[in-house]
Amino acid sequence: MDMNEIKEIFFQECEEQLAELESGLLRLNDGDRDPETVNAVFRAVHSIKGGAGAFGLDDLVSFAHVFETTLDCVRSNKLEPSQDVLKVMLKSADVLADLTNVARDGGSVDQARSAQLIRELEALAKGEAPPAAAPVAAAPKAAPVAAAPAPVVSDDGFVPVAFSFDDFGDDDLSADLPSYDVVFKPKSELYTKGNEATLLLRDLSRLGEMSIHCNMDSLPSLDQMDPEAAYFSWKVSIKTDKGEDAVRSVFEFAEWDCDLEVTALETGDVAEAVADDLPMQPVPFDLSALDDEPDAPLGVVEEEEQIAAVQQAVAAAEAASNVVQMAASASRAVASDKGAAAAAAQNNAQQASAAAPTIRVDLDRVDRLINLVGELVINQAMLSQSVIENDSNGVSSINMGLEELQQLTREIQDSVMAIRAQPVKPVFQRMARTVREIADITGKSVRLVTEGENTEVDKTVIDKLAEPLTHMIRNAVDHGLEMPEKRIAAGKNAEGTVKLTAKHRSGRIVIELSDDGAGINREKVRQKAIDNDLIAADANLSDEEIDNLIFHAGFSTADKVSDLSGRGVGMDVVKRSIQALGGRINISSKPGHGSVFTMSLPLTLAVLDGMVVTVAGQTLVVPLTAIVETLQPDAAAIHSFGATQRLISIRNSFCPLVDVGRILNFRATQANPVEGVALLVESEGGGQRALMVDAIQGQRQVVIKSLEANYTHVPGIAAATILGDGRVALILDVDAVVSASRGQSLHTETSLAAAG
Amino acid sequence: MTLLAKNLTKGGREFIAFRIGDQEFCVNVMSVREIRGWAPATPMPHAPQYVLGVINLRGAVLPIIDLSARLGMKPAEPTVRHVIIVTQVKHKVVGLLVEAVSDILTIKDEDIQPTPDMSSDFERTFARGMLAIEGRMICLIELEAVFPHTESEAA
Repeated sequence: MDMNEIKEIFFQECEEQLAELESGLLRLNDGDRDPETVNAVFRAVHSIKGGAGAFGLDDLVSFAHVFETTLDCVRSNKLEPSQDVLKVMLKSADVLADLTNVARDGGSVDQARSAQLIRELEALAKGEAPPAAAPVAAAPKAAPVAAAPAPVVSDDGFVPVAFSFDDFGDDDLSADLPSYDVVFKPKSELYTKGNEATLLLRDLSRLGEMSIHCNMDSLPSLDQMDPEAAYFSWKVSIKTDKGEDAVRSVFEFAEWDCDLEVTALETGDVAEAVADDLPMQPVPFDLSALDDEPDAPLGVVEEEEQIAAVQQAVAAAEAASNVVQMAASASRAVASDKGAAAAAAQNNAQQASAAAPTIRVDLDRVDRLINLVGELVINQAMLSQSVIENDSNGVSSINMGLEELQQLTREIQDSVMAIRAQPVKPVFQRMARTVREIADITGKSVRLVTEGENTEVDKTVIDKLAEPLTHMIRNAVDHGLEMPEKRIAAGKNAEGTVKLTAKHRSGRIVIELSDDGAGINREKVRQKAIDNDLIAADANLSDEEIDNLIFHAGFSTADKVSDLSGRGVGMDVVKRSIQALGGRINISSKPGHGSVFTMSLPLTLAVLDGMVVTVAGQTLVVPLTAIVETLQPDAAAIHSFGATQRLISIRNSFCPLVDVGRILNFRATQANPVEGVALLVESEGGGQRALMVDAIQGQRQVVIKSLEANYTHVPGIAAATILGDGRVALILDVDAVVSASRGQSLHTETSLAAAG
Repeated sequence: MTLLAKNLTKGGREFIAFRIGDQEFCVNVMSVREIRGWAPATPMPHAPQYVLGVINLRGAVLPIIDLSARLGMKPAEPTVRHVIIVTQVKHKVVGLLVEAVSDILTIKDEDIQPTPDMSSDFERTFARGMLAIEGRMICLIELEAVFPHTESEAA
């Protein structure tokens, strides 16, 4: 596995963490104050930071770090997660997502925006702190830091110290070093994961002067000892200017595998007490001390001390990792029960929040499985058909077996389809972001309510849903909702509500987007349609028809074209993409009460419910979603119109008759409508057409096969499928056939001569 | 050493020869996936005359080309005696309807003669070269030219 693959996994995990982060923040926004929610949010940011650090994604790390710090204040109840705070945090989550995307795909982020957020986050983190003392950034060439010799304080007072600029650059630095008691008790998992207590302790020793004591109380006698267990714990007293966070960060990657307790010790210094309360709080320090003496000479002395400390640590750690050497030096014993209990509690909580176990599978593999199952279904149908043909007494054991086989294959198919099914949650979460951004730009106050986020639908549908949904949400906020003052004037809550719901209904997924805005201004829509020559000035349209006008291409009601929407490529694009998914979209609007858009989509794109029909001796499949009704035409209902056109009257309205066989060139002359069946279909543009076919064979679920894979796109044909008799049947592209009937040619651009 | 490997080291390649009417043609065996009997195809609307339609090849939708019509000869009247040579060029799989498979040939590159100058470009497009074997003339087919619409994809 090379680095890129690992990185890819990291980004995949990032996506999950970001989703977790956002849902956690939204829960907090809704008033959830469960500490576990805060922890989950914190963990998400923390994990992203950790991973990003491993890949050297510095921008991501530094932003995540600031974010994490602020979240830590929330976690430790120093910062009340109010609406304002959460607003900043949600925005930060957006920026974090942007940074992640940039790290993966390249491109750039809005630096000003992230810098602004960093400032806001820092301000929040310091929210309760008194005005900061001299910012450290002003300190002259203070120290070239990082893993450099650690600052140290001698017993008799103030000594200049080397310090580290961390990501804030301007916090905690104290002349009087606070000291911490660290109780560190590794679990055996720590060692199994390849961590080494020695190294952790050595890292810790770099933070400052420390003394270390190994507790071997729990060490059993040799014959009872599990050679892979962890028996030792350490109590470390460390003096450092880097604060509790720095101490904790040493154990960052071992956090879950050890019991760790860090306690700040009172040294009687007020400044230090403040620093203890607010880890991010800058503490005044004596700048001149730094200027007086360069830190280099000091380093030598320090290093000696450090080495001593390290050696001590190494000895202790070796004892732990190599338990045979248990006769090593004895040390003062410090019980760490309290720390252990706290960590255990934390662990439990973590386990509780863990979801059901999942595995990551390559999508190709799933698709292959789905294809194979499709074959199985077809084969099973073929088998049944030939058995029925060859077996006149239909009670044989073969028939019974076949029936069971049929049920099994159906079940297998359903389960395999379920593998591809995913909850719509990620798309809905993205919408939350869209709402925030547009609300910001338009200056409206909007609340997005989502329901049924766990409704599952095929991954392809989910992927293709995001774009039309974004469009619609933009429209809903930009056009649908009124400005706050208007809302108040209308007696509504100043905050507009956009509601997004998903639910299953009769084998399809229904997604509803409603707003409580002004609703569609029918007068305006009508006027606009007249202006754009979409309808005649004197056309008599029902409310519903007017509402549906917004789906026409080149239609926009916004008085002025805004950045967000209103370029006239709105709703018609939405409608087309929904239809491309085999779905339908409806609108209902109440003036003053808002609009509801209802989309109904198939659960999967791999299979389709179709009506199997015969046209000129050929078997065709018509997608069931397109069919409004079927009828047997009466001779009296058929009216000729012009030279070739024919209309059929259905309940006193006339509908053009389209001969499918003629359009597809299956026959040279028009068939007699009375001998066939008319399928009333609704197509793009809302118009209804009656498609003439010779006969209806039945209705069945078919597996969609691509024609393009080995051939080329065929006009009028959407795809192919394989029927129970093993033959290929073509699936009709209703929209293309209907537009061909309007006179737009179904002509193929390819020709025989060109093919040479 | 396998036969194929031996041929490769000698610079020889294997070709499948087949008959259409009284003429013989061949294609590189490496582009042939399988040979199967004729099965009725589902006709396609608006397809060129040489595309007979599509059949189900173990779940894949396979277009069938009447090679005779494709090469400008009279369209075939498929019978159960006809065979379909399933060939693959790049990622596309297409079935070629021919009358019968006649031979498997091992040929060295230098045995392939260039197509002679002729009045019609049409035949030349499909022929990569000529082979003279035991007094027969066998035309080496340029598969990519035979496949439908490959040119529109390249564009």
